[in-house]
Formats: sequence, structure tokens, C-alpha cells
Amino acid sequence: MIEHNNILNTSIETKEYSTLNLGPTHPATHGIFQNILKMDGEIVMSAEPTIGYIHRAFEKIAEHRPYNQITPLTDRLNYCSSPINNLGWHMTVEKLINCQVPKRADYLRVIIMELSRIADHVICTTIIGQDTGATTGFLYFFQMREKIYEIFEEVCGARLTTNIGRVGGMERDFTDVAWAKLTIFLKEFPEFLTEFQKLIERNRIFMDRTINCGPITAEKALSYGFTGPNLRAAGVDYDIRVANPYSSYQDFDFSIPIGQNGDTYDRFMVRIQEMWESISIIRQAVDKIPKGAFHAEVPEFYLPNKEDVYSKMEALIYHFKIVMGENTIPKGEVYHAVEGGNGELGFYLISDGGRAPFRLHFRRPCFIYYQAYPEMIVGGLLSDAILTMSSMNVIAGELDA
Amino acid sequence: MENLTNETSQVVNPHFELLLKVETLLKAKFGVGILNSELQYDFPVFVVEKAIIINVLEFLKTEPELKFSFLTTLCGIHLPENKGAEFAVMYQLHNMEQNWRIRIKITMPNEDIKVPTAIGLWPSANWMERQEFDFYGFKFEGHPDLRRILNMDEMNYHPMRKEYPLEDGSRDDKSDKMFGR
Repeated sequence: MIEHNNILNTSIETKEYSTLNLGPTHPATHGIFQNILKMDGEIVMSAEPTIGYIHRAFEKIAEHRPYNQITPLTDRLNYCSSPINNLGWHMTVEKLINCQVPKRADYLRVIIMELSRIADHVICTTIIGQDTGATTGFLYFFQMREKIYEIFEEVCGARLTTNIGRVGGMERDFTDVAWAKLTIFLKEFPEFLTEFQKLIERNRIFMDRTINCGPITAEKALSYGFTGPNLRAAGVDYDIRVANPYSSYQDFDFSIPIGQNGDTYDRFMVRIQEMWESISIIRQAVDKIPKGAFHAEVPEFYLPNKEDVYSKMEALIYHFKIVMGENTIPKGEVYHAVEGGNGELGFYLISDGGRAPFRLHFRRPCFIYYQAYPEMIVGGLLSDAILTMSSMNVIAGELDA
Repeated sequence: MENLTNETSQVVNPHFELLLKVETLLKAKFGVGILNSELQYDFPVFVVEKAIIINVLEFLKTEPELKFSFLTTLCGIHLPENKGAEFAVMYQLHNMEQNWRIRIKITMPNEDIKVPTAIGLWPSANWMERQEFDFYGFKFEGHPDLRRILNMDEMNYHPMRKEYPLEDGSRDDKSDKMFGR
């Protein structure tokens, strides 16, 4: 009898969990970061994220570079929407030196920033589709990002890491080709977006996979520092373009789409609707754009024309001073935030009057909200965890700085 | 006359109004614990005693008239020239309903870079504090998981401190003595 009991005891299956390394390099994580998951079959029991694989010490480098050489660093934060980072940085310096940018430059910047927002959202929304198995939408809609990059190329010569704009305005006005490409884009994009929405939005498989997948309440989202589309999907209508308008956003009429459940489907839908709003903003900017200068008269910061450098003493001096980082910079502390593709992208700058910032801190939205990821996926399926990550749009460059 | 116009223009400034409002409430609650307050560009900035920082943050978060319920960011600052207060941490708070933003700062000497953690108030402070620990070595007391986050675990120094040069120290083509800071 006793023997029999012993046999029973040993034959009871003890609960065993398996450990799964999701990443660092895995096609479904869309970036280099690792999650060590404790799995009960297909259910995630706990997650331990490790980040920092592409940390490039931007805050340290920024303390050793003149202000104009910091712009390329900001390119590499959220590289899906570099121009927003570039222009956000320029605006921070403009705030420090108290420089008023002309309206035309503001409008040109708005066009550029909204195009980048669309590019950013194109990536995120198509990737959500891709991760639910809808590759068609991804390949089809991604053509639009190419069109946006062509416009960037026409404006600044670069496509991905743009280094667009300068302190005081834009480096050059849009060319006729750029305007023509923009016009074609404004005509084509709505068709593509409508088609993409038709393909995905009410698709039964897509809805089953995304609704109630990785939800977060508004309260939790706020306590975890969510901003941008992910916060708006949870139902909080916070958008810096409205709360603290910069670059003349107050001149435009647009609404802030919000979700209700904060799940993957809502994050997807908020981004889709934001693309429509962005298109509307670009249209308004194109219609209303005033004539005039595309940069402010700040010779200490804005590089003079090359012809002037060769023929005018003053221009030569300014050119030399800007290139060598010899211009006088006021002392002070500023914080400036812009609505990046993923939320509040803030620049906290302390200047001690030196040629390089004394301290430059980037408030990187991805870095702050990614810490909520374990909480969002625990108790769900592994496949939901993948979808939740793609819908949060974590960009490794911004995460790791 | 000049002073007068200056004052009226400052009173109209909403950021200055906010500074006065928060300053009054903070001083009423914490008295001498509030060391300094000033307006820096569009930000009211308060320097407070390190020992009461969590109480101050909690008060700012919960006080019905203020409700700074969102932690925008926090970061460390190293000021080696500033003897006796070589390190600082700044917190940036946001009241989204009223769209008020303020900055709170604490300073501390080299020998004592222990800071109470703000995780109890905002879970988002977790990684932000880990990052500043990684960069500067701040000991966030009460932090459940104070490990490096961006740099590798084997690193034996805190790279954002000013004494560590960015590039090879023997190079002098970019040194401050050639061009000034």
C-alpha cells in the first residue's frame, strides 16, 4: 500500500516552465533587443527585457560636438522619422538663442514633419499587418514610404538619416521637383491608404488577432510614461502639436484620433487615422504657405551663401565661426518637446556658453514606454507578445540612444 | 516706469504665474526645504532639499490644485566645478489637464550620491533611474533592480561623468585649450 502511494506521488507531473530567448536578433522583434521569456507552453509567464545592444552614447558625444554637428546624432534616434528629430533639435537651439523662424520655414517644416510621421506610421501599421500574416499589405503600402523618401531626397539630398533643416530655418527652399513630387504624393497616397484599410481593417483574421491583444488602461499608460499614438490608443487625447504648438501647428485644423481599449487594434487604428490627419495638415500647409524667406536672419548660426563666403568679408567670418564652433551661445537651460512618431520627443539642453552643450538629455518616448512591455504581455500568448511589440513601434535606435 | 512695465509683462506671462502659484503652495508646505525657484525660459524651476524630494514629488502629484501626475523625464547632471554640489538630478513633471510643466532639481556632493527612488510614484521612473545610475552612478535607494541598462554589465565606471574623455586622451587637436569650451 505504501509502495503504491509512492508510485502515485512520483507520477504526478511537476509544473515545468521553459525559458525562451526572444531575440536579440529575431525577425519578429524588428530591432536588436532581447526578451527572456518564461513560458508555460504558449503562455508567457514572465518577461525580462534586455536593451542597450545599439547604445552609441549620444548624450556623451553631444557634450563634445558643436550644435550643428549634433543634428546627425538625432537622425539616428528614431530613424523611421529622422526629420522630426532633426527639426525638434533645431527648435530647441532656436528656443535657447531666442530665434523667431519665418512662417514659410515653419510651414516647410510642418510638411516635412508630417511626411515623416506618415512614413513612421506606414512602417508601424504595415508591420502589424505583416506580423498577423498579411504580407500583401506590407509590400503594397511600403511603396508609399519610397515616395516620401524621394521627396526628402529632393529637399535635402538624403533619404533615411536626413540631417534636414538648419538652426534658423531650412537649408534651402523646396525645388519645383519637390513640389511636383509632393503633389503626386498627395494624390496617390489617399488611394493607397484607402486600399490598405480595405485590405486589413475589417479583416476577420486581423481583428481576431489584434482586438484585446496587449491592452493597457489609460491610467497604467500614463503611469508608465506613455505618450504619442500608444497613449492616444488608450483614450488620452494628449498631443504636443495641440498642447504646446510649435512650428505654427496652431494655424492648422486637425483632430486627434483616440482609441478606447489601448489594445493592438486601437494602436493600429489611431495610426491609420493620424495618417489621414497628417495628409490634411500637409494639404493645408501647401495651400496656405506664405511667400518669403525660408530661414531667419541669424548670421551667427545660419551658414551664409557659398558665393558670399568667397566675396564678402563678413560672410567669410561667420562661415569660419560656425564651422569651427566659435559662435557665442547664450547660457541657459531649455526643454523643447515635439510630437515624434512615437510620442513626446524632448530635448533637455544645458548650455554653459561653450561651443558644445554642457548637458543634452533626450527624452526618448520608446525608452520610457517599452518598460511596460512585460506587464502587457504576461498571461498572453507568445504570438500576442510579438504583435504587441510591433504595435508599440519600439525603434531600437531611439530605445538605446 | 521701466520696472513697472517689466513687472506687468511678467505677471501676464502664464509661466510666471505658474511659478508663483507652485512656489506659494510648496513654501507653505515645506518652508525652507524649497531652496530656490526661478523661471528658465518657459519652465518654472525649483531646487529642493534632497531629503524631502519624494515628499515634494508626492505633494505635487496629489495636491488637488496642482496634480502634476505625469513624470515626463528625469536626468542626472554632473557639475564638477560646482564644489559641494557636484551632482544634480532633475525631474520634469507635467499636469496634462492644465498643460502645466515644471522642473524640480536636487543637488548633492560627490561623496553622497544616494537619491530616494521615485518608482513608488511613477513606475516609469524605473528605467529612467537605471539609465542615470548607468551614466552617473546615482544610487537610487529603494530601487528594486538597480542594474546598468544601456552599457554592458562589466563596465567599471560611469561614463557620463565629466572626467571621462570621449576620445583618446592623448589627442589634443580637439582639446578645449585650442578653441575654448
